[in-house]
Amino acid sequence: MPPQFQQNKPIYLQVMDQLIQEIVSRQRKPGEKLPSVRELAIATSVNPNTIQRVYRELEQRHITETKRGQGTFVTEDRALITTIREELKQQYVNDFVHDMEALGFSKQEIIASIQEGETK
Amino acid sequence: MIDVKNISIKKRLRNCSFTVERGKIAAIIGENGSGKTTVLEAIAGVLSPDRGSIELPHDRSELISYCPEQAYFYHYFSVEALFDFYQSQFHDFNRGKAEALADFFQLDRQEKMAYLSKGQVNRAKIAVTLARDCPYLVLDEPLAGLDPIVKQKIVQGIIHFIDLEQQSLLITTHELLEIETILDEVIVMRDGHVIAQEEVETIREGMPVQEWLQQLYETV
Repeated sequence: MPPQFQQNKPIYLQVMDQLIQEIVSRQRKPGEKLPSVRELAIATSVNPNTIQRVYRELEQRHITETKRGQGTFVTEDRALITTIREELKQQYVNDFVHDMEALGFSKQEIIASIQEGETK
Repeated sequence: MIDVKNISIKKRLRNCSFTVERGKIAAIIGENGSGKTTVLEAIAGVLSPDRGSIELPHDRSELISYCPEQAYFYHYFSVEALFDFYQSQFHDFNRGKAEALADFFQLDRQEKMAYLSKGQVNRAKIAVTLARDCPYLVLDEPLAGLDPIVKQKIVQGIIHFIDLEQQSLLITTHELLEIETILDEVIVMRDGHVIAQEEVETIREGMPVQEWLQQLYETV
């Protein structure tokens, strides 16, 4: 089954986020070949023009590299992948803390709750 | 590029203009009776506009693979006979592609049209339409009245077999949700007018396409 997409966010951004997540979590390794535009379009049921845009944006951010006649590959720049991973972590943590604070929890309570969850 | 300029047909279409660029997938959406099918018929050359023009050479059968909503096949044709017939009529009919489509849609080549289910007839219809190597594919309501699994299969079939470096696709649909991910653009019609044309990804930056459509209907 192709992935479900959120209705109010461009599809290219959602496919990008998914690929970036797979790269930082090492499901897709540095230097690994990515599927062709057509392959990914078929796998996700997304317009090939949209997938083209995904690859163009990833390339611009140096997350991938296109080798002429060979295809698109995950960057071998491990420092860059680590940086992106850290940025994502920070972003998710900020969002989480923001949501928890909106519910009226203090930082101490949040931390305590995370530690409690880990020992369960 | 399909360039529709200011066409009018009796009371059904009034001053409709839009373009479909090469290599794009566009959908005409709008309520029942808004003129979607009439526009496709005008593009396919089945109807002539009273005024306005569609910039295409006269013999459109060479350029456009047109698939009306109602299947028009001889009921005694088997799937294979249907392929043979198409091959005899269109020089650009790609038999290899048709066979691959039959496999993809799991069509029984020996079965006659009369005995195929609605979903199977639809798949056969879409198979012969997509099997032509011509620049424009024009499909009227390819998903209408089908169950979700068949719809999904048809959407996948389109992505699988279209060659956007050589071809463009124009469809009409009510099933926006099922087909949105493969669209570049939507063209919105109401009461015989084209009221908007927009890129789907641009719409989604602000809001869901469905919501955009509702807002559009309220303001126009």
